[in-house]
Amino acid sequence: MELFSVASWAKVWAYRTTFLLGFGNTLRTAVFALLLSMVLGVIFGLAATSGKKALVAVARVYVEIIQNTPLLLQICFLYYALAFSGQNVEIITTGIVALGVYHGAYVAEVVRAGIEAIPRGQFEAALSQGFGYLGYMYYIILPQSIKIILPPMVNQVVNLIKNTSCLYIIGGADLISLTYSFVTGATTGGAYAPAYFVCGLLFFIVCFPLSTLAGMWESALKNRDARVNTATKNVEGVA
Amino acid sequence: MDTLAASFSIFAKPGVMLFILRGVCFTLVLSVVAVLCGILFGSLLALLRNYAVHGPARVLGWLATVYIEIFRNTPYLLWIFICLVACPCPGFLQHKMLGLTSVEVRILFRASMALILFTSSVIAEIVRGGLNAVAAGQFEAGRSQGFSTVQIICYIVLPQAYRAVVPTLLSQVITTIKDSSYLANVAVIELMARVRQILSTSYMYNGTGKQNVSDVFVLFGLACILYFIINFSLSCLVRKLQKPKKAPGRQPAQAAAPQREEVA
Repeated sequence: MELFSVASWAKVWAYRTTFLLGFGNTLRTAVFALLLSMVLGVIFGLAATSGKKALVAVARVYVEIIQNTPLLLQICFLYYALAFSGQNVEIITTGIVALGVYHGAYVAEVVRAGIEAIPRGQFEAALSQGFGYLGYMYYIILPQSIKIILPPMVNQVVNLIKNTSCLYIIGGADLISLTYSFVTGATTGGAYAPAYFVCGLLFFIVCFPLSTLAGMWESALKNRDARVNTATKNVEGVA
Repeated sequence: MDTLAASFSIFAKPGVMLFILRGVCFTLVLSVVAVLCGILFGSLLALLRNYAVHGPARVLGWLATVYIEIFRNTPYLLWIFICLVACPCPGFLQHKMLGLTSVEVRILFRASMALILFTSSVIAEIVRGGLNAVAAGQFEAGRSQGFSTVQIICYIVLPQAYRAVVPTLLSQVITTIKDSSYLANVAVIELMARVRQILSTSYMYNGTGKQNVSDVFVLFGLACILYFIINFSLSCLVRKLQKPKKAPGRQPAQAAAPQREEVA
């Protein structure tokens, strides 16, 4: 059992900066990709709910193409297209763009669902009160839909962090890639069990709180909705 | 433009299309098998996590919870790497088959085990969502009719739970097809890896003697189209299945029940 061998743990400890570097790269990639995906998601989510045919179509095409092809294919596409045309772009940057575009499609769907959950009458009410599009979105729709949007968004963050592992295929510097080169390296080789354990643990301590938070949040919202529904039904019944 | 025509000529080379199509088959079979095994194992995990809450069975419930949370919160690629060194491989899989070398067969088996383990944790949460949608009264009703707990779960709860989560399970097939591309990291077996393999040696096929940017677009474009056709038709199916449930004020589990009567 290598997992309990002191020597291999000592080796992992000696190279702890490798793991921390990879962890830092993974988090950095995830943060920037998250920002990009939120920008794209809001833009395409608003386009999908704008009611203008062309905008809706563009958003639809973006979401369908991205959601129905693997992230790995997209990242390879981007990387090789850049590399073969002579562009020298950093791997992390490529990863941020690919991950941002991929998760942007998912965020767009989340935003769309959040906005569509608001009853249509609110729009007419806002219009009759003289709100413009921005004012209507900012003061009326956003405060209501944010609580529908946030739990699935947190889930997207968890997926985003896990998906940084796709950087491995283009020779990335993320946690998984560095762990793998650590266990297969000529001087550092072996120590599989502790290295993978540390790698998994680092992912787990970031992802577990987030996914638990998302789960609890979602069920709290669902319970509250159920309560509101029964309350309205009771009121209707009395009336 | 010359290079573009040269890139398309790759497909005319004998064996290239067959090579890619075999990859499509591997992708599809692998994903379907992973989801089917995932449903079996995932349902077990979901039942344990939901219903093993009393007495000594609690330990099993905790184990299922720990398993689900660990696999849900770590990347699939890590599990591929772990299974490649840690997963035992049965002896009858140690030789050439299906047009793969014996090394590739072993990698395929281990990576599929990783995919099954990983997918079952996701499916467990999906099935659990279905189980939670089944009204608690169903349990009491079953008890009052003299069913045992196992009978209630098999005959009353699980059928309703599955019916409620069929669309979600189908979209999990899409996710699994996409996830199966992670195998490209370790071996040339499925679609993604095969396309990448052809790209890395495209100078041998495109007639220009060197690699061009257009090769990337043509080859990965084809892979995109293949994945898109498969996944988009599945997602259309999912949307079609989800539609009748949008009737206002109806829970999925309740909406499923009247449909059944119509069929009967």
